[in-house]
Amino acid sequence: MNGGNGIAIDVKGLTKSFGGREVVHDLSMQVKRGSIYGFLGPNGSGKTTTIRILCGLLTPDSGEGTCLGYDIRRDADKIKRQVGYMTQRFSLYQDLSVRENLEFVARLYGLADARGAARDMIKRLGLSGREEQLAGELSGGWKQRLALGACTLPSPKLLLLDEPTAGVDPKARRDFWNEIHALAAEGLTVLVSTHYMDEAERCHEIAYIAYGHLLTHGTVEEVIAGSALTTYTVTGDELNELTAALAGKPGVDMVAPFGTSLHVSGRDVAALESSIAPWRDKSGLHWHKSSPSLEDVFIELMNRSRDNFQ
Amino acid sequence: MSAIDHPTPAHEVRERFGFWKRSYAMLIKEFIQLRRDRVSFAMIVMLPVMQLMLFGYAINTTPHNLPSAVLLQEDSDLARSVLKALENTKYFRFLYEVHDVDDFDNLLKSGKVLFGVEIPRGFERAVRRGDKPALLVAADATDPVAASAALGSLGMVVQTALKHDLYIGDPPEMPFEIRAHARYNPAANSSLNIVPGLVGTILTMTMLIFTALSVTREVERGTMEALLSMPIKPVEVMFGKIIPYVLVGFVQAFLIIGIGVVMFGVPVLGNLFLLALLSTLFITTNLSIGYTISTVVQNQLQAMQMSMMFFLPSILLSGFMFPFAGMPAWAQYLGEALPLTHYLRIVRAIMLKGATMQNVRFDALALAALMLVAMTIAVTRFRRTLD
Repeated sequence: MNGGNGIAIDVKGLTKSFGGREVVHDLSMQVKRGSIYGFLGPNGSGKTTTIRILCGLLTPDSGEGTCLGYDIRRDADKIKRQVGYMTQRFSLYQDLSVRENLEFVARLYGLADARGAARDMIKRLGLSGREEQLAGELSGGWKQRLALGACTLPSPKLLLLDEPTAGVDPKARRDFWNEIHALAAEGLTVLVSTHYMDEAERCHEIAYIAYGHLLTHGTVEEVIAGSALTTYTVTGDELNELTAALAGKPGVDMVAPFGTSLHVSGRDVAALESSIAPWRDKSGLHWHKSSPSLEDVFIELMNRSRDNFQ
Repeated sequence: MSAIDHPTPAHEVRERFGFWKRSYAMLIKEFIQLRRDRVSFAMIVMLPVMQLMLFGYAINTTPHNLPSAVLLQEDSDLARSVLKALENTKYFRFLYEVHDVDDFDNLLKSGKVLFGVEIPRGFERAVRRGDKPALLVAADATDPVAASAALGSLGMVVQTALKHDLYIGDPPEMPFEIRAHARYNPAANSSLNIVPGLVGTILTMTMLIFTALSVTREVERGTMEALLSMPIKPVEVMFGKIIPYVLVGFVQAFLIIGIGVVMFGVPVLGNLFLLALLSTLFITTNLSIGYTISTVVQNQLQAMQMSMMFFLPSILLSGFMFPFAGMPAWAQYLGEALPLTHYLRIVRAIMLKGATMQNVRFDALALAALMLVAMTIAVTRFRRTLD
């Protein structure tokens, strides 16, 4: 195995193109064992492609690395035994029942007691009483839960979850994340891609990827600190006018409405402050300096990367 | 739902017999899916019944160059003249000249020839004496269309040809008697030929389509991605997908033969076990070809089209619709590459002629070879990644 160095995923310089279009560019990352690693980025940024490379479903054009200590190019078979991959699209058999799906997975991985393993998993998932229901007839939330159950059934060491909570209601989402934390507590490493900021904040570490480039990574605090972004939150009336007035002013990199407030952010503090000065004392507007939210950071990163890579 | 409430008991993984276990997992899954797909399930029964009714009547064509043998018990000029006359009709082509009755019978039984002419000892002398000796013509009437046209032509043709022969001159009547003997299917009943043929045709159609759709269906439903991320090998996927349909094919073959025996009075003269064994081989060959198609195409529509591309020549060139012997050489070569051609020979020989393994071994070998080729292509073509 890995010599116990505590790294589950260690890849360098991964590059992958489809039909001449580079989807993943020179991507390097390290994921610690037992941690929950969040993978963020806009649609089409290369998250799914990276995950597929990690579990041996795609061969990188260049780059190398290990997954659970196994070479991602040569040892795909060994990696597959110890990795649970939950695809973005529901990929269990819709015309098989909950129990039959789980038994199928258990048999494929060679579990000695496939029926017993499926039974235990049904109990754990809270699906007792629904075991004979066809997987295709389950609601979105239950489908996700079943898919996660199928991934964890063979006791993998690494879970790769590709947007597992897309289209799932908040309660089911919360349950799902509790389960992921419980699994991590049992020693599992989890790499999870998501669009939700609240989910990103529940990860031990996050990485932001856009247009195939890994732009930043670290803990949430590190990412926010590393952004060097200053944000003013404005509340009050006539915020729409303010938005129009500030957009494009020197130092103002981003103006984004958040409900009843407005986030005005920029990397150049001096320029930002001089640009907003005329409105600082306007009556009806309340300004206060805050740290940027994760979303501010990501949107700013995305805007910047669009300029750089497109 | 929480893991803390119900910690999962660790289930032991056993590496032994991994190949069989994974194939078995796949097989069980396919079985369940087939059972749930009621329309496909109904087709397994409906298709053979419908086809049997539709093909109740035969299609007629005039054969030529029927492969023939002569059992020569006397080597005389008259005998040669008679043979020459027969060959000049273009109906017959003499491939074998034998001197032993057993060899003669075996040629007919194995289907190497459809026609046999026996010239008895003392034939020429008997003609000269005016004894009207018998010239035995044996026809394999399992293919009644081919046999009857040829048999019907015999009398006139031989007489006309011999007019110019200096031994005979211009006799007022036939100097010898032609004793035609339709073997295996004396009544020239065409359903006897059609029913065994239908076993092969229906199996080709259903088996091909079942497996041709199997891999593309997984791709289109999105289950392939998960399947590929699990530790299963291409051979295991293939076996898991083929084996359930071997049973399906078996049920169909049983159904067609059953209806044939009960409704059309088709005999099963040969060994049933041999028939079952070689039918299984044929079923597996078709499933492998269907599976190969499935690994080559992009979607289910292409899979259907490609299956048809294979199925049509199978019907036309295998000897099911038209007598194989009557086809041009290039078509015969093509036909030899189709499993149905070989299976038709096998199933007709076993059911109607009581043939043994010895008689049909070359066709059985050809089927096995086609199966192995298809399987090899399928396993090497199966994409293990999404690249």
